[in-house]
Amino acid sequence: MKFYDLIWLIPIFPLLGAIINGLVSNRLGLQKSVTNAVAIAGSGLAWLLGWAAIVQWALELGIHNTHIVSLFSWFQGGSLRILDGSVAEVDVAASFQLDPVSALMVAFVTFVGFLIHVYSIGYMHDESDRAYARYFSYLNLFMFSMLVLVLGSNMAVMFVGWEGVGLCSYLLIGFYFEKEWCAAAGMKAFIVNRIGDWGFLLAIFATFMVFGTLEFTEIFPTAAAHPETYAAAATVIGLLLFVGAIGKSAQIPLYVWLPDAMAGPTPVSALIHAATMVTAGVYMVVRCNVIYRLSPTAMLVVAIIGGLTAIIAATIGLVQNDIKKVLAYSTVSQLGYMFLAAGVGAFVAAIFHVLTHAFFKACLFLGSGSVIHACGGEQDIRKMGGLKKYMPTTYWTFLAATLAISGIPIFAGFFSKDEILAKAFEAGAGDLNTFGTTYYALWALAVVAAVLTAFYMFRLVFVTFHGEFRGGEEAEHHLHESPWTMTMPLVVLGVLSIFGGLIGIPGKLFHHPEWNLIERFLEPVILPIGHAAENAEHLSHHAVSLGLEWGLVLLSVAAASFGIWLAYRFYMGAGAFVRPRLLAERFSFAYRLLLNKYWVDEIYAATVIAGTIKLSRFLWEFDARVVDGVVNGTALTTVGSSFISGVFDLKVVDGAVNLVAKSYDVASREFRRLQVGFTQGYAMVMVFGAAVLLGVFYLVKL
Amino acid sequence: MIITATHYLVLSLIIFCLGLVGVMVRRNFITVLMSLELMFNAVNLNLIAFSYRLDDLAGQVLAIFVITVAAAEAAIGLGLIIALVRLKDTVSLDEADVMRS
Amino acid sequence: MGFLIENFGAIFFFLVAALTVAGAVGVVTLRNPVHAALALLETFVMVAILFILRHAEFLAAVQVLVYAGGIMVLYLFVIMLVKVKDLRAEDAFLLNIAPLAVLGGVLLGALLAAGILLGTMAAGDGAVAALQTIGDETVGNTEAVGWLLFTKFLVPFEVVSVVLLVAMIGAIVFGRRDAALSGPGEGVEP
Repeated sequence: MKFYDLIWLIPIFPLLGAIINGLVSNRLGLQKSVTNAVAIAGSGLAWLLGWAAIVQWALELGIHNTHIVSLFSWFQGGSLRILDGSVAEVDVAASFQLDPVSALMVAFVTFVGFLIHVYSIGYMHDESDRAYARYFSYLNLFMFSMLVLVLGSNMAVMFVGWEGVGLCSYLLIGFYFEKEWCAAAGMKAFIVNRIGDWGFLLAIFATFMVFGTLEFTEIFPTAAAHPETYAAAATVIGLLLFVGAIGKSAQIPLYVWLPDAMAGPTPVSALIHAATMVTAGVYMVVRCNVIYRLSPTAMLVVAIIGGLTAIIAATIGLVQNDIKKVLAYSTVSQLGYMFLAAGVGAFVAAIFHVLTHAFFKACLFLGSGSVIHACGGEQDIRKMGGLKKYMPTTYWTFLAATLAISGIPIFAGFFSKDEILAKAFEAGAGDLNTFGTTYYALWALAVVAAVLTAFYMFRLVFVTFHGEFRGGEEAEHHLHESPWTMTMPLVVLGVLSIFGGLIGIPGKLFHHPEWNLIERFLEPVILPIGHAAENAEHLSHHAVSLGLEWGLVLLSVAAASFGIWLAYRFYMGAGAFVRPRLLAERFSFAYRLLLNKYWVDEIYAATVIAGTIKLSRFLWEFDARVVDGVVNGTALTTVGSSFISGVFDLKVVDGAVNLVAKSYDVASREFRRLQVGFTQGYAMVMVFGAAVLLGVFYLVKL
Repeated sequence: MIITATHYLVLSLIIFCLGLVGVMVRRNFITVLMSLELMFNAVNLNLIAFSYRLDDLAGQVLAIFVITVAAAEAAIGLGLIIALVRLKDTVSLDEADVMRS
Repeated sequence: MGFLIENFGAIFFFLVAALTVAGAVGVVTLRNPVHAALALLETFVMVAILFILRHAEFLAAVQVLVYAGGIMVLYLFVIMLVKVKDLRAEDAFLLNIAPLAVLGGVLLGALLAAGILLGTMAAGDGAVAALQTIGDETVGNTEAVGWLLFTKFLVPFEVVSVVLLVAMIGAIVFGRRDAALSGPGEGVEP
């Protein structure tokens, strides 16, 4: 049996689960056990089939062969003249592909997704049967969308998944829609994502205009073979794609939705807002690495946005008191690292960090869910403390994941983060694309962000799990370890947080480059570009000596250790909380700045949102005054002329002034009829619009 | 004098535009729907004229589909009228403004 | 007299066309909905005659049966049911936008007419060969239409039947007395 020919089935299983749970279990309010069986089957079968297909594909076809399964021709259209002068037929297929990047993504999306389904059984058991079914239906739907996103072999199919995960994100963030702020958070995520989707959509159009196809396997070899021809186009496409990535992966300036997304149930935060969906942007940038490598500008933008996001989100994370908010900002920060990696050309490191981040961040979120569950919904870490003795499994897995995210050697995050830092430094040393200084600065920012990461993550551990419980007598009685469905995924993910990084040992440091499994695995995706570019990359590899590389490793370990030490001094022992309070008082402005997240939400409210409202109001008034003047032209002339003849003898100037005022008055009163809800007004606008279009058509044809 | 497709097209156009104006100016929901039927008929006339001109039966078949859709539209539209009367005791389209903010 | 006989077809067309337009004008301008409905009925019948002139006999029959017979009766039912009494001009028409609406209609019509008259449509009579044949066999128009409808257009035909079903369900839902429509203000934020 050729499993790799059945990859289209991988997304279908969760889709079936979503349909059954959404349309049957939810409607009929079936028992939780039925819902469980359907949802687990949907995600579990996807997991098994996914892994089977990947293993078989790698063994039988080899990782250098991109395997494409084309189902049917999705849509066809006319023809279009493209950049190189030839004519391309608009023909987009619904097809899926298996190559190293998508294989890696499928492998961990299905696996982590399955674990989170299992975890959710324990976490959501208090919900009513129907809400439970709804929840699992959304969760399965999300798996479907994400798998379509990563398996799609062209941008159109990818876009379907891209929109799908956005939709599921909205549905799941607003899961507790009866609470207004949850519903609002869902809408915020949806709208902010829409801005990014707009960029992606434009990028798709641009790609089609340039390459005449949307298939990845056709675009990238073409672009790589003619770097000069496509350089300018690559900048445009790359930047537009990155707008999409900014929205989906919560980068500056569109990161504001992610912290609010914590309104959803905690497993959702783990699945969508840490492990999978938000990495879609990184995945897309890595997938399109050829486009980015053709365009130094796009690379630089990616790197700068990534670096700035990493540091800014890390600083905000320092002072947050909501356990999930801290994790949310750390996610934003780590995503910044991934884009920094992509921006310095270390695409393998970016995907590697996606992978390890999926393990430890899912573990952290699930651990926080376990904590919240035990504390009866309390999310404020100031009301926790000393949880270590009540929930040992949660504590140890959480600690492992924290060590991983901080970048302590052996743990997963160390290898990926260290590689990113090393590659950023190399980019500076090798003067990549002659932007060396900028890349040095970004590297420095990333090192500082590493210190901050270690600090705020250990602050979280110390405040939550050590010391005395601060939540009151009664809450203390309820503290308990979570059921096995919740701890089992924690243990699995905790183990992976420890050992998951071993697939990417920086073998170069030991003169054994072949130890770096992930780099060898992903190598077919990084297509060589022309001749000159290849030499340049070759040079940059040797810009940093082995000794310096070791020095960088030690530096990143030292940075992490320093952050941990700082957190220990601040939040452990006798002087716990004293120092941070003093600091907060001393630098109260900085403290408030961070606590209020740089007032970014407020700035957006004052500028973008208020601007939109003002614009709408202006347009309304324009409608009311100018357009209405036309509408009531005949009537107004009569009113106006009689008015003028009436007052002409008295005061001409006054009369004219009054006429203006009066006409405004009459006009706005009358024109309100054409506002919302007046069907025939719309019909009239359509008629005039059609007439104008027809006129334009004639003018163009003549 | 030979009657060509152009004659039919112009006739169809006149009826279509009359229906269009009717849709826009009538206050009564029922007469608006009637004007819509006029527009459907104009379209059918157009299809038939071309069917004859091009000697292709597909035009007639399309006209049948149009009639079917028009019947569906009439059923839904009249149902809406009943609902509107029940809700607001009026058949004036400009009073059906619940969506107005 | 010879002129009349020679051009009988054309004269008949213009007569029917004039009556059709008259009916359409009546639909748009008559204030009483019952009168408008009768004008619409007249238009339907005239259009059916035009269909026959263009060798669409089956369609003409459908036009009379479905439109004049079915849809028209439905309209009259509703008119009787809802007691319309807008006989004043300002009740029947949206006088404030009427001038602009007429202007828009005329503008669009003029543009489209320009397209038709200046277009490359060749003048000339059509043919009736394919309208009455199945393969090579000459049959009636009804049989030919039926043949095409159940072979080439079978799937659209079935789809359209679903559309009708949905419309029927929709009409029932809207028409139900306890339909889930809230009164003004209820459940709707102002």
